[in-house]
Amino acid sequence: MIVQSMYKNGAILTAFALITTGSVALVQTLTAERINEQEQQHLMGLLGQVLPHNEYDNVLYKDCVLSNAPELGPNGPYTLYRAYKNDAPSAVLVRHTTPHGYSGNIDVLSAIHADGRISGVRVTRHEETPGLGDKVELAKSDWITTFNGMVIESQTDPRFAVKKDAGQFDQFTGATITPRAVVSSVKQAAWYAKQNFEALFNAENACGDTQ
Amino acid sequence: MSQFKSLMKEGMWGNNPALVQLLGLCPLLAVTSTVTNALGLGLATLLVLVGSNITVSVVRNWVPKDIRIPVFVMIIAAFVTIVQLLMNAYTFGLYQSLGIFIPLIVTNCAIIGRAEAFASKNNPLLSAWDGVMMGLGFAVVLIVLGAMREIIGQGTLFDGADLLLGAWATVLRIELFTFDNQFLVAILPPGAFLGLGLLIAGKNVIDTQIKAKASPVAQPEKAPRARVTNLT
Repeated sequence: MIVQSMYKNGAILTAFALITTGSVALVQTLTAERINEQEQQHLMGLLGQVLPHNEYDNVLYKDCVLSNAPELGPNGPYTLYRAYKNDAPSAVLVRHTTPHGYSGNIDVLSAIHADGRISGVRVTRHEETPGLGDKVELAKSDWITTFNGMVIESQTDPRFAVKKDAGQFDQFTGATITPRAVVSSVKQAAWYAKQNFEALFNAENACGDTQ
Repeated sequence: MSQFKSLMKEGMWGNNPALVQLLGLCPLLAVTSTVTNALGLGLATLLVLVGSNITVSVVRNWVPKDIRIPVFVMIIAAFVTIVQLLMNAYTFGLYQSLGIFIPLIVTNCAIIGRAEAFASKNNPLLSAWDGVMMGLGFAVVLIVLGAMREIIGQGTLFDGADLLLGAWATVLRIELFTFDNQFLVAILPPGAFLGLGLLIAGKNVIDTQIKAKASPVAQPEKAPRARVTNLT
């Protein structure tokens, strides 16, 4: 009796599972291309923000290396996009993360030239307090542009710190933790990129043509 | 016809999922920091609710009572995944700003609540209508709360509407006033609780007034009835 109803109900459940997963799979195949397109567009827009268009002539998202370096954050591997200009290495665009934000990880994207000059920095994802820590977003404040054009000199470059710690960066009223975390993360990532610049460009391409 | 009308009244007011049943509070409180987010999540919930109500109602006679809940959850989860994929494909910016709260629609009790309480007992047409009205009732509360919080918190309306509606919608953005600093209480979760509390209180005040009007204060006095006992 019990076994029989188990079979029957199991069969009904299976039928529903097949139908529902079938429809999900159908929609997924229909939207996959468009989602991929949207994600690439989003990524290209983001990469274009930290490196001006006249500084590279390759398709950025098709040329990258992966790195597990602890300087970039605890959740590796991180993607580093390589930018070329006239077939010569121009800059490397590093995705990195800091766990030292006020709430949750802060994801950052930085573009660094061979000589350690920082082309641009953007915070790509964060959960900082709205109105206080979220001034690291360009939409809220132009604080993040302080990085533009700075050149990293050493691993402990004292200018890469908030003013409270005798550095060059403004802290926000009521929120020192967030800018401190971002600045120190960019410092480490920039130094890593500068030190390993040639090695990064000699490594094999990990993005390439996937299609 | 009167059934449709009463369903409309139930969904939008009398049995409103957000104000009376207090279902689905997690997304309600979490994403209402701006009108755009509220509208996006409201529409997503509406779509899922209508879809799941119709499907549940169509299959209601083939689903044994014992396994109806797993089946309903499966149907709802499928609809949520489909809506999520569609939003990812066509409203990418909004998809990113709503983030985790789209998958959380799966556990929005308003949806399984309607599947269980209404769609599993009524025909597809009525269930669809119930889904539309409940979904609208939910969305309206989301939007009102989003507007309250956005005005008080940032002094704007429809900030970021272009994420949902396309580039033309940037003109919708209204800047009512500017602060040097945003009013944080309104934007953070406590503001959502306070705002929802005020909305519920407001609804209760209106309800009491309607009731008071409907039944005049003093009942017309009945003619005194002579009580005659022990006349001997």
